Formats: sequence, C-alpha cells, structure tokens
Amino acid sequence: MEVSENLQRYLQKNLRITSILMVIWFVVTFVVAYFARDLAFNFFGWPFSWWVAAQGALVVYVLIIGYYAYYMNRLDIEHGVAEEE
Amino acid sequence: MAGLSFEHGSGSSAEANRAFKAQLNKVYGWYTGGFIAFVIVLAIFEQMGLSRQWIGFIFLFATVALYAGIGIMSRTSDAAEYYVAGRRVPAVYNGMATGADWMSAASFIGMAGTLYLTGYGGLAFILGWTGGYCLVALFLAPYLRKFGQFTIPDFLGARFEGNLPRFIGILAAILCSFTYVVAQIYGVGLITTRLSGLAFEIGIFVGLGGILVCSFLGGMRAVTWTQVAQYIILIIAYMIPVVWLSVKQTGVPVPQAVYGSQLQKVSAAEQKLIDDPKEKEVIAIFKKQADDFAAKLKDVPAALAADRAAAQKKVDDLKAANAPVADIQAAEKALAALPANDAAAKAAWTAAQAAAAARARPLAGMPRHAAQYVGDPNGDAAAQKTFNESRRNFLALVFCLMVGTAALPHILMRYYTTPSVREARQSVTWSLFFIFLLYFTAPALAVLVKYEIFTTLVGTPFDRLPDWIAAWNRVDPALLSVSDVNKDGIFQLGEMRIGGDIIVLATPAIGGLPYVVSGMVAAGGLAAALSTADGLLLTIANALSHDLYYKMIDPNASTARRVAISKALLLVVALAAAAVAAQKPADILFLVSAAFSFAAASFFPALVLGVFWKRANKWGASLGMVAGLGITFYYMATTQPWLRGIFGVTSPVELWFGIQPISAGVFGVPLGFAVIIIVSLITPAPSRGVQELVEHVRYPNVKLAAQGT
Repeated sequence: MEVSENLQRYLQKNLRITSILMVIWFVVTFVVAYFARDLAFNFFGWPFSWWVAAQGALVVYVLIIGYYAYYMNRLDIEHGVAEEE
Repeated sequence: MAGLSFEHGSGSSAEANRAFKAQLNKVYGWYTGGFIAFVIVLAIFEQMGLSRQWIGFIFLFATVALYAGIGIMSRTSDAAEYYVAGRRVPAVYNGMATGADWMSAASFIGMAGTLYLTGYGGLAFILGWTGGYCLVALFLAPYLRKFGQFTIPDFLGARFEGNLPRFIGILAAILCSFTYVVAQIYGVGLITTRLSGLAFEIGIFVGLGGILVCSFLGGMRAVTWTQVAQYIILIIAYMIPVVWLSVKQTGVPVPQAVYGSQLQKVSAAEQKLIDDPKEKEVIAIFKKQADDFAAKLKDVPAALAADRAAAQKKVDDLKAANAPVADIQAAEKALAALPANDAAAKAAWTAAQAAAAARARPLAGMPRHAAQYVGDPNGDAAAQKTFNESRRNFLALVFCLMVGTAALPHILMRYYTTPSVREARQSVTWSLFFIFLLYFTAPALAVLVKYEIFTTLVGTPFDRLPDWIAAWNRVDPALLSVSDVNKDGIFQLGEMRIGGDIIVLATPAIGGLPYVVSGMVAAGGLAAALSTADGLLLTIANALSHDLYYKMIDPNASTARRVAISKALLLVVALAAAAVAAQKPADILFLVSAAFSFAAASFFPALVLGVFWKRANKWGASLGMVAGLGITFYYMATTQPWLRGIFGVTSPVELWFGIQPISAGVFGVPLGFAVIIIVSLITPAPSRGVQELVEHVRYPNVKLAAQGT
C-alpha cells in the first residue's frame, strides 16, 4: 500500500520521538544503575543513585509517557489523522 | 447510594462521554467520602470497646460486599460490555482501574517487605514495575487500541494470519496469568486469616466469593468499576500508616520527601548493630549450630547412631532416677522425633545447617540498606566477582520486569477499553501516575519501619515486646518468630526471623496506631489482591472462551453463548487456582516473577515487531514465541530449586553468566526477537491484507490514511 507523504512524515516523527524518549528511559534506568556505586554522592540525604532508583527514575517515566501522549495527540491533529469526536 | 449508576448515555458522542465522566466523578467522590466516614465511625466504636475480631470481620465483609454490590449493579451479558466495558472508560478512570489491576498482593504486601530485607536490591522491583509502562505507552497501548478487538491473542491471530500464533498466544496467556493468579489468591488467604482468624483454606474461599460475584456477573465492565473502587481503598490504606510513621519520626507528613535523613540514621544504626557485642554473641551461637550440623553431615550414619544412643540413654537415666512422668515422656518424645533413617537425617540436617548459617551473619543476613550491590569492585577477585554478578542480576531483573510489564495480557487488555487512541495514550499516563503514588512511597515505608525496628525494638526486654509480634507469630511462625537465643532477656536483631510479607500489614501496629488502621491496611491489601485476581481470571476465561472456543472451535456461536461459556470457565479456573493456592506452593515471589519472565519472552517480541515491522510473518512469530518461552522455561526448570524438584532435575545447577532463575526472561526476549527476524526473512512476506492492517494500526484515523496517493 502506497502511503502519502504526509503520513510518512507522521510516522517518521512518531519514530523519532519514540527513539529520543527511549534513550532517556535507558539512561535513567540502566546507565545510572550500572554506575550506581560511582554515583553515590549525597543528594538531600540519599545516595544519588539510590534516590534515582527509588524516586527520580519514576518521575522521569511519568514525564516520558505524559509528554509522549501530549506530543502524539498534537501530531495527530497537525497531520489530520486525529479521531473525530 | 441513589444515583450510583454505570449506565452510559446514548451513543458514544463526546457529550455523552463528558456527561458520563461527570457522573463518575460524583459517584466516586461520594464513595471516597463514604469510605473515610466508615473508617472514622469504626475508630470511634473501637474507642468505645468494639473488639478487634469484630473490626476485622466488619472490614472483611463490608469491603467484599461492596465489591460484590458493584458487580451486581454492573451485571451484563452484552459482548462489548462484558469483554471491554463498552469501550468508553475515561482515561483517568481507566488509569485507576489499571493501577488496581496492576498492583497486586506482591506490590501492596510484598514489595515494601522485599525492600526492607534487601535494601537497594529491592529497588529493581520499583524500577521494573514502573519503567515497563514506558514500553507500554510507546510501543503497544495506542496501536492495540486502534486495532480494537477484545484480547491479545486476537491481535496475534489477525496480525500473523492464522490460528497457530493465536493458539500459542492463548497458551502463553494462560501460563503467565495462572501462575500470577495463584499468588494473588494466596495473598487473599493470608489477609483474611489475619483479619478474621478463619482458617487459611476457608479464607481463600471467602475472598474467592468476592472475586467471582464481581467478574462473573459483569465481566470487564464490573471489574473496571470495582477496580476503581479498590484503587481508592488501597491507596488510602497504604498512605496513612507511612504518613503517621513519618510524622512520628521526623515531624513532617510527607514521608517521600524526608526519608533521606532517616536512611542516613538507619545506616548509622546498622554500623552500631554490626559492632554490638551482644549481636556478635547471637551470631556466634548460630555459627556454632551451623558448624555442628556440618560436622554431623560428614558422617550421617555415625552421627545419627550417636544421637539415638544419647537420647536413649537420657530416657534410661530418667527412668532409673525415678524422674517425674512428664520429663520421661518429653525425653521419649525427643527420641521418637529423631530422623527415621539416614536419608531423612541428611535432608533435615542440611536444611537446619543452611537455616543456621543464614542467620549467622551480621544484621540478620540483610545487606546494608543504602549499599548499591554486594561485593566490592576494588577488592580481591572474589569480591569483584560478587559485585559484578550482583550488579548484572539487578540489571537483568529490572529488564525482565520491565519487558514483562509491557507484555502481561491482563494489563494490555485494559487499553482496549478506552473510547479512543487519544484516550489510550493519556490513560497510560494516568495508570503510571496512580501506580507511582504507591511505588515511590514503598521505599520510604521500608526505611521508616527499619528505623523503628533498629532503634526502638532492638534492645527491648523480651517480656516487654509489643503485642503484634505474638499476634503474627500465631498466624504463621514462618512469617515471624522471635526467640531469646543468647538467653540475656534482651531482644537482639539477630534473634528475629521476619518474612517480608508482613512488613506492610504490621506497619500500623509497629507505629502504635489503633487497630482500626491495621484493619484498613489489611482491607487495602485485600483490595489489591482481589482486583488483580479479577483481571487475571477474566484474561484466562476470555482467552479460552473468546479465542479458543469462538475464534477457533465454533465461529458461529452466538454472543450470549460465548459470554455464558466465559462465565462458566471463570468459575472453573478460579476454583482450580484456589485449589493450587491452598497447597501453599513454595515460593510466591518466584511465581510472580516467573509470570513476568514468561510474558516478556513470549509476547513482547511478537507484539512489538507486529506493530513496527511489516515483514514479520506467521512462521517467524510462532517460532519466536515458542523459542522465547521455551528457553525461559528450560532455564528456570534447570536452575530454580522448587521447579528442579517438580521436574526431577538432578544435574548440577549451571547458571549462565551467573544470572539467577528469576530473570530467565533476559535470555528469552533477545532469542524471541532473533528467531522472529530470521525466520520471517527466510519465509514469504505476509499478505497485502496484513500489511494494510499494520498501516491501519499506525494512524489513529484510518479514513484519512486511505486517502493517500
């Protein structure tokens, strides 16, 4: 099936934002955990990497998903693929 | 409760949806107020002398009756209502329902306990069980909603053309949901026992009644509205004791913001306990016990004969000395209690040796709370190896839990219930937000409880230990047992053996709150276990009735018949799960984590490639799912002690890269991806219809997509 240029651009933007957000996800999860011992400086009482695993990463996850929903819902309208209400 | 209605206005227009949401806001607003008023009234009655047993009973029956009531009010036999709640659950409420569906007995009861026992290591669960939602949101939820069928095997069947992938999907969905539901029903039994004093087996069936009335009558519709109600109870119940402990210890009612300072105090207390001579005394006693058993194990027949002779001599001596009858009977009992033969003696002594050795360590075997990983990267070779394996296992567990989260059918199914793709995306945000509220509180709870135990409880004389210790000891000595090992009359940390599953349930008592709060927390745990069990049972029953019966066996079956079959299967599956749970299978945390590894290895590669790679085809997906699931299962069966026992594996345990069996999915997921890609490339591309389906799910509005050039 031939897909219009408009939809191809929509898909590319979707994949781009998905990749960017996944990189952030990977860094706060796996990179911080891998270097947990080296990132143990005091952060308001917690060792920093301990705090990230207990709270910081979770906040980032909520923001990632929230931003994705906001971005995609606007992208739908921009490219005319939003659902009719 | 007039005006409580889950009826939806006509059609699915935006205005009707808004009116419906306003109605829901009103209903659940009143409901939350009503629940708080109910707890306050009970608290007043407690002050007036209502007994604890009655408070437990009232909580148990009031909440179960409430859930059943919602189930009865939303009864339905319409297929769209029964399977996907009519597809008009607003994003916020779907988020709450997903939160309750998601947070199981393991999250509510078990997680803070795991954090208490393992410190940083336990944070793998926090990270894994929240970060997985990023994968759900970015890779799956909006696309599945656009696809818009009823179940996950539905998607596999349509995308990969045929009944083979659908059938593998059904098997995998049942395997992971059933393992998971057994753990939930076990949790239900534990809580009802504590709340009501009923026997464990009876407790299971009381809770099961609540689950069944709800999902049986109203399917997804009833389950959704009950889960929202359950979320409200469980989050209130989780927060109150933590906030109380925080106020008590720090004077600030926001535990999440201030427990860093408590963590530092816990670390200081740990150092003190490690250096404490009394603790060292207890450790030395356990060390000696372990050594004694190890010595006996060197020559089992001789040691057993010596034990027998000694016990026999004691009986004879007592008889000869005309000792009191009670003493003689006790000595005879000790003689009879000796292992019957060499094999029994070896098994018993090996277990006893391991148990004593586990307790012959500083801090009762717990790692230091703030320390990331055990071992030392700058130490000798052994310490470096320990460190690397500890870190590798942490990362592997996070990976498995995350990918598993994004592949559990009962969670993915929830995103079929929103009115639109747009709402499906927002709904994941709300889901994670509501889950986040509990998950970022759990580590705080663990630290505050640890502080309380290390600083208040340790050093208390035995005759002045608080009541909750004896109360929990009565429920199950395996969960909590305390004995004065070094006979100094003072409680040392090493003298307590505590199971993670009671930390949350005991927190109100540890903090010195009135019993009504304990009842409320138990009711919250019950809500968590019941809501997850509801969602899981529905997933299993739907996989069998919708996918197996309707799609594969009898495609002409009427809607009413399909729903009826689903209801009948629900009953059968629930009873089967209860029967398994009543056996108290060995390792609950392992069961839950195994479900995640199974889901991760079987569904995630097939679903993601199904959406993002048009070339993925039937044979690739089928073989990929089988390979991923197969290797995960094989690794667990050959390395996990309980499964090794079941399958009679006797070969020596061979860990790959030192990865623990709990994270077996770390091998299954990459293999699943690799097999799907390779097999798809060497077999013919999927049909044009499938390629169009993939286009269809990628754009929220297909009409415009079809207008392309």
